[in-house]
Amino acid sequence: MRSKDIGHHISAQFNAELEEIRSKVLTMGGLVEQQTIDAVRALVEGDSKLGETAITNDYKVNALEVTIDEECSQILARRQPTAGDLRLVVAIIKTITDLERIGDEAEKIGHLAVHLAGMEGNKQHFSAINALGEYVQTMVHDALDAFARLDVEQALTVAKMDSKVDEQYNGITRQLITYMMEDPRSITRSLDVMFAARALERIGDHATNICEYVIYLVRGKDVRHTSIEQMEEAARKR
Amino acid sequence: MSNAKPITTGLDMDTLHAGRRQLSLKDEEITLRIKDFNLYYGEKQALKNVNLEIPRNKVTAFIGPSGCGKSTLLRSINRMNDLIDNVSIKGEIQLDEQNIFDKSVNVVDLRRRVGMVFQRPNPFPKSIYENVAYGLRIQGINNRRTLDEVVEKSLRGAALWDEVKDRLHDNALGLSGGQQQRLVIARAIAIEPEVLLLDEPASALDPISTLKLEELIYELKDQYTIVIVTHNMQQAARVSDYTAFLYMGELIEFSDTNTIFTNPKTKQTEDYITGRYG
Repeated sequence: MRSKDIGHHISAQFNAELEEIRSKVLTMGGLVEQQTIDAVRALVEGDSKLGETAITNDYKVNALEVTIDEECSQILARRQPTAGDLRLVVAIIKTITDLERIGDEAEKIGHLAVHLAGMEGNKQHFSAINALGEYVQTMVHDALDAFARLDVEQALTVAKMDSKVDEQYNGITRQLITYMMEDPRSITRSLDVMFAARALERIGDHATNICEYVIYLVRGKDVRHTSIEQMEEAARKR
Repeated sequence: MSNAKPITTGLDMDTLHAGRRQLSLKDEEITLRIKDFNLYYGEKQALKNVNLEIPRNKVTAFIGPSGCGKSTLLRSINRMNDLIDNVSIKGEIQLDEQNIFDKSVNVVDLRRRVGMVFQRPNPFPKSIYENVAYGLRIQGINNRRTLDEVVEKSLRGAALWDEVKDRLHDNALGLSGGQQQRLVIARAIAIEPEVLLLDEPASALDPISTLKLEELIYELKDQYTIVIVTHNMQQAARVSDYTAFLYMGELIEFSDTNTIFTNPKTKQTEDYITGRYG
């Protein structure tokens, strides 16, 4: 399936319906991306107002998930899509679940940012969080871009980025454990930072899932729970 | 500690994967082999070098746009095209390893082994009973007990017995369209063919009769090799194990039905089943 094939149905109405859900998914993706950026920045800069924005924006993401789900079931019921169309609808249903969870993770970071903003303490490890935040935000962005352009190569590139996320996350964890051992008074604060790092690590996983759906959508191969090598093979074979 | 067992206990991975196992022609016994088959109506070539293997006790669907040759191919399997002037063929169709176009083949015998059901139900203007017994009577079987048994067995086989058992001697033309179509199937299976050819069998039926017919097809495949031509793609997706897509007289793609409807290999197939213009 190629992106230019989305149109071209004999039924123009069906074209319009598919185009509509596709663009809603991208809107939803844009929202969670912004939400992640806001949350990380709120945390790093101690900006509780921005943290609140990340929290309150989650309702928009949730509402879009419900709407897109509803439209997908209508298409399944009324159009009985097959082949590439079927895979598009199935991939969308799965993608929006992951997007919604990215939204939840960003909301979580928002709450932590608000909490941390009211506390005194060491801001040293925030640069590592900031780096991790930027890294997963790129992953979310590129995963959505791969989805929009049905680009398996880009999906693979993003999926490969996930091991770096895990490395960075482990690094942050180790660093925080050292802090906590040195100064037990920092435990509350350090735990909050650790939860934020954990949320970012999860966002990376969700972005990777979206890449797997892109490969499924384009190649018709389910690459969940396989190694990155198997994923590459499935993505490149046609 | 709770004594509750995890709910997945006893879940065996083989069972889990069984649902995902794909049908493969390699595992099938082949009833019909269509080899380099070409058919011409006068000058016009309707089928171009078709190669296809139709597996035993499975449902194979032919799909494709009007004029793609799917009905022509179906009708070739029991040599119905012999009845049309101007038809010439090249290539072979083997039924159980024997070429059906061989001079030694008796066409009447072939059609007894390869039954056919058409788009419009075509019962004879006789009683329900006589419609089903017809094939046996022309074979010279007139024993009442034998006929009674075969009529009941065939009507049960065609899922019609309960609806007509109290009026077997009423005229068949008084049945509904869906019932008539199942009666025609009962008539076809009364003579125990090996292969059943169904040419758009549900296109004149309402949705409920269509579902009954599809259910019947599913039950019949245990005993017969079934080939169905249908314009209704969802129907092909529902009833068939294998699907052949034909376009302009050529076989474009032949695969298990799951693959054809979720991940077809050629763009032409994809465009057709998703309703796109190429």
